[in-house]
Order: sequence, then structure tokens, then C-alpha cells
Amino acid sequence: MTLLEVRGLGKHFSGLHAVDDVDLDIAEGRITAIIGPNGAGKSTLFNLLAGFYRPTSGTVRFHDRDITGMSPHRTVAHGIARTFQTTKLFEDATVLDNVLSGRIVRSRSTVFDAVLRTPRHRREERLNLDKAMAALEFTGIAGYRDEIAASVPQEVQKRVSIALALATEPQLLLLDEPAAGLTEEETVGFAQLIRDIVADGITVGLVEHRMSMVMSLADHILVLDHGKEIASGTPDAIRTDPQVIEAYLGADHADQEGAG
Amino acid sequence: MTTTFSPQRIGTVLVALALLAAPLTLGGEEYVLRVLTVGATYAIAVYGMNLILGLTGQLSLAHGGFFGIGVYVVGLLTTDYHWAFWPSLAVAVVATAVGGYVAGVVALRTHEEYFAIFTMAMGFIIFLVISRWESVTHAHSGVSGVKFPEGFGAVDFSEPIVMYYLVLVFLLGAAYVTYAVRRSGIGRTLVAIRTSEDLARSIGVNVGLNKQLAFAASTTLAGLGGGLFAAVQGFVGPSAAGIDLTFEMLMFILVGGLGTVLGPVVGTFLVLFLFEFFQDFEAYRFLVLGPIIVVLVIFAPRGIVGYLNQFVGRVRSRRANGSRNPGRPHDDRKAESTTDVKEAL
Ligand SMILES: Nc1ncnc2c1ncn2[C@@H]1O[C@H](COP(=O)(O)OP(=O)(O)OP(=O)(O)O)[C@@H](O)[C@H]1O
Ligand SMILES: [Mg+2]
Repeated sequence: MTLLEVRGLGKHFSGLHAVDDVDLDIAEGRITAIIGPNGAGKSTLFNLLAGFYRPTSGTVRFHDRDITGMSPHRTVAHGIARTFQTTKLFEDATVLDNVLSGRIVRSRSTVFDAVLRTPRHRREERLNLDKAMAALEFTGIAGYRDEIAASVPQEVQKRVSIALALATEPQLLLLDEPAAGLTEEETVGFAQLIRDIVADGITVGLVEHRMSMVMSLADHILVLDHGKEIASGTPDAIRTDPQVIEAYLGADHADQEGAG
Repeated sequence: MTTTFSPQRIGTVLVALALLAAPLTLGGEEYVLRVLTVGATYAIAVYGMNLILGLTGQLSLAHGGFFGIGVYVVGLLTTDYHWAFWPSLAVAVVATAVGGYVAGVVALRTHEEYFAIFTMAMGFIIFLVISRWESVTHAHSGVSGVKFPEGFGAVDFSEPIVMYYLVLVFLLGAAYVTYAVRRSGIGRTLVAIRTSEDLARSIGVNVGLNKQLAFAASTTLAGLGGGLFAAVQGFVGPSAAGIDLTFEMLMFILVGGLGTVLGPVVGTFLVLFLFEFFQDFEAYRFLVLGPIIVVLVIFAPRGIVGYLNQFVGRVRSRRANGSRNPGRPHDDRKAESTTDVKEAL
């Protein structure tokens, strides 16, 4: 079943077609990867899906509901979570407080509940703590809960950003280069984490430059170049696609590891 | 982590006791009592500034203006229009809440320094209207004979000491609201916005709406403080709406500690005490006070309360590190922020 359906999606930045007439179907319970050389429009596409940018053309449907141009606080409420290419965290807060912030969107209590400490408020705070702890356990960083986010190792920070996104209870998780800057060994751990996330029933959209990781994880791959789709299909089909090989050989050598 | 006898709790109790006992120990010094009561009305407004600046991270310089709206709504309604005090105060609160919300719609389209400049202009316009609109506000002649709150039973608010305790009740209310907000999801929302609007957005925070509500809450507290101020003073003029007042409040909160629960009250009373102490210097007092405040801000950038919290946190985490996880190196940032985020009072 298609969870997210993108048709003719475009985003222009004063003449630059960052995303140009893109179609994409993200199947529920699967990993859909988006690859392409630097500047291909991968992050822009994620920003369009999550509502950070308003598309200049096309539609996005999620669960058969039109969410085109919907602002992020609503897309998150509907079940789309995203991480950023450069890890963003609430740096001076503890790891636990970071992840607790992910619960905001699922909380119903108001200022008045907080001031009056109503049963609803206390019940919710307890639930939030449980869910946040569950997200920390799930991502394997519960031991860092009281550390300041800025002071933990980079790999842990990346896991915190995923835990934070998971705490919002998404159905679709968009990961923008989760393994960037990690060692080979850490990347293996991240691949396993992504598998666990999918096994948990969450659909994953993945932007990643590491071809080994993409090829082993993805069920479906969309290849973008200059904002346009140049190929889409299974990892095996993509691996041998002449246009893909050409796009990658034409691009910077840093990007081509394992592409052909 | 907060145990019954945590230093933060003890600190809160001490501050509360000092405020409660102050008029009794002063032995009927009317002047000092008046200074304290006026200080408490300022402190209420400073709690408002704490919500928008300390928690949400937006520097609003319209604060003195909204304080002035509270002052003049109560001042004019209870004199020219012969209203009773309580309904006048209610109007002041509603007017500053609605006014703040509407002003926020426009002001919050701007960011950072532009927001500061925009709100400063807003504050200045409020001041101009109050100081120039002769037929309504009496301009520089001011408003005199502002009513005391109507008492009930044996409670008579024309007694300075009773008035002091009334203002104190509102002040404690403002402090408690700050405490409750900080501990709740709402506090997390505001702090998330302060730290990174993009990240806040990505976890589903409605940044615009929350900033607007925080701004409206902050102007409401300014209006409440202003309305009480009018009754305490009895006579008010345009200076109660001035931009100077905004900067004084900014100084109070910087000295006390941005975003903390006790910062506004500690900062307000401490700086007012210094003002009084150097009163003889008249206009030159800032020559002395300026450097003192600069030194304070350099050595305790998180304000006095923030500094104490940090100190307490560091001692505590050193102890905790000694016993619980000896393997992990001691980390100052951890110490600061356990208190900063969770239990800064
Ligand atoms: N906010 C923006 N304003 C103007 N141009 C932008 C903006 N965001 C992205 N672009 C441009 O759009 C194009 C696509 O950028 P995007 O970040 O989506 O690429 P990407 O595929 O994620 O690249 P990378 O692999 O380097 O992350 C680039 O040319 C970029 O400069
Ligand atoms: Mg990118």
C-alpha cells in the first residue's frame, strides 16, 4: 500500500529548479531511498514532504489525504517525522529532555493543566517520560539520558536526533543522511537501527550517499539529478542503470563509492 | 533529582520568607514598605518579561508600554469614570492580553533584532499616546486619586501593609506560573523555540502560535503589574509607561537570571535596593550602578539565580560522579544544565 504519494512535485528557487516534476510512491512498511549527486535536490524534496518548503507545483498525499503545503506542525501531527542533514539538537539540554521535547506534539494538556497540576497533566507527563525512555532504549542510548546533548559523541548525537523524531510517534520517518561522517563500523550499527525501525512498523524515507548502505537497506530507490528523476526501481535495477552510472561518474568522486 | 531539602527548595523558601517577613521587620517604616510594594508590582511585570525573553528568547522592548496600559486603564477608570478597582484591574488584564496577542501577530513576523526594534517602536508609540493625548490621559498632569482595591470584611487595602500582601499574592502567583510552565510541556515548547526554531518545527511545534501566546502572556503580566502599581502609587504619570522602565526591567531580569523562577523577584529587589542606596547621587547613580551591573553580567551571565543554580548543580554532580559513575570524566556543562533545564529556581 502506498503511504505517501508524490505527483509532479516541483520547487523553484528564483529560477533554480531544485526539485522538478518528481513522482514518488513510498510504500508502507518499506525503506525508500533517494539518492543523487550533491545538489540533486534530495534535501529539498524532504523539506517539501515535511512541509518546511511550500512546493511551486505538484501534490503530496499522505494516507490518501492531501497534505501539499501543510505546515510542519501539522505534518508531524499527521505522522511524518524528519531528521536534518546536519544534526540538529537542543544542545544545552540533556539527552532525555531532548527526546521529551518530541512528545510535545502528542501532548494535550494546556498551561492551565500545568499550573493546576491536573490528573491529566500528571498522567501525560508520566506517559511522556515512558515514551521518551522507550525511544532512548530503542536507539540504544538510554545510558546517556542525563548527559548534555552537545557533549555526547557524534554518533550518539545522531541517535538522539532519531530518538527525538521517534518520540513524535511517526508513521513515516524521513532520514537525511543519517550515516554522514560515521565510521564504517558505526554505519553498520545505523543500518541495523533503521532495520529495527522498519520492523517496528515505521516506514522509512532515506537520503544517503553511502551506496553500500543504500543498496543493502532499500526496497525501492529514486535517483535524482538536477532536481529530476533519472531512474527509479529496485537496488539491482538501479545498480546497472546506465543513466545512474553516468550521473555518478560525472559527479564528484567522493560520491561515487560503490555506485556502479 | 529534587529532594525535599534541595538547595533550590531552600532558596525558594528563604526568598518567600524574606518577602513575607519584610514589612514586619521594618517596624512601620512606611517609605521602605512603599518601595517594597512598588518593587513587587515591577517584579510581576518582570515575570512577564521572563516568559517572552527568558523562555522564548524574544527581546520585547514594548514591556514598559504594556505596563503603562495597565497603569492607565486602572488609573483612568477608577478616577474619571468612577469604576471600582477590581473591574478596572480585570479590564487592564484583558486589554493587555488582547492587545499583546494582536500586536504579536504583527511583531512576531519579525525576527531577533528586528523584533526588538519593532517592539521598541511599539512601546514608544504607547508612551507617546499616553503622554500626548491630553483629553483622555491628562498628559503630563498625570492621574491622581487612583482608588485602592475594595476590601472585604476586615481587610482594608488602604493600609499599606495590607496592600503589600495583596501585591505579594499576585507576585507569588506569577512565580508559581513560571515554575509550572517551566516544568511542563509548555516550558519545553518555549525553550525548544528559543534553542532552534527549525528543530522545534520539525517536532511539530507550532512556532508562530506559541510565540504569540507567550508574548500575550508576557504583556498580560505587565498589565497586571501596571494595574496594581497604579493603586499602590495613587498618583501616576507618563513615566510609568516609558522606555526607561523597559530597560530597568531588562536590567532586573539580567541581574536576577533569565529564564529562572526566582530571577525576576531577586533581580528586581536587589537592583531597586541598589537604586535606593545610591539615590543621593541622583542622575549620577548610573555612573556607579552601570559598572556594578556590567561586572555582574560578566561574572554571572546567567544572573545571580542562574549562577547559584550552576554552583549547586556543579557540587551535586561532582558528588554524583564520585559515587555513581566514577568512569566518566567530570563535565561542567552537564552540571550547569541539569539545573538549567530541569530545576532552575
Ligand atoms: N533555501 C534555498 N534557497 C535557494 N536555493 C536552495 C535552497 N535550498 C536548496 N537550494 C538549492 O537547491 C539545490 C538542491 O539542494 P539540496 O540541498 O536539496 O541538494 P541535496 O541533494 O540535498 O544535496 P546534498 O547531497 O549536498 O545534501 C541546490 O542547488 C541548492 O543550492
Ligand atoms: Mg542534502
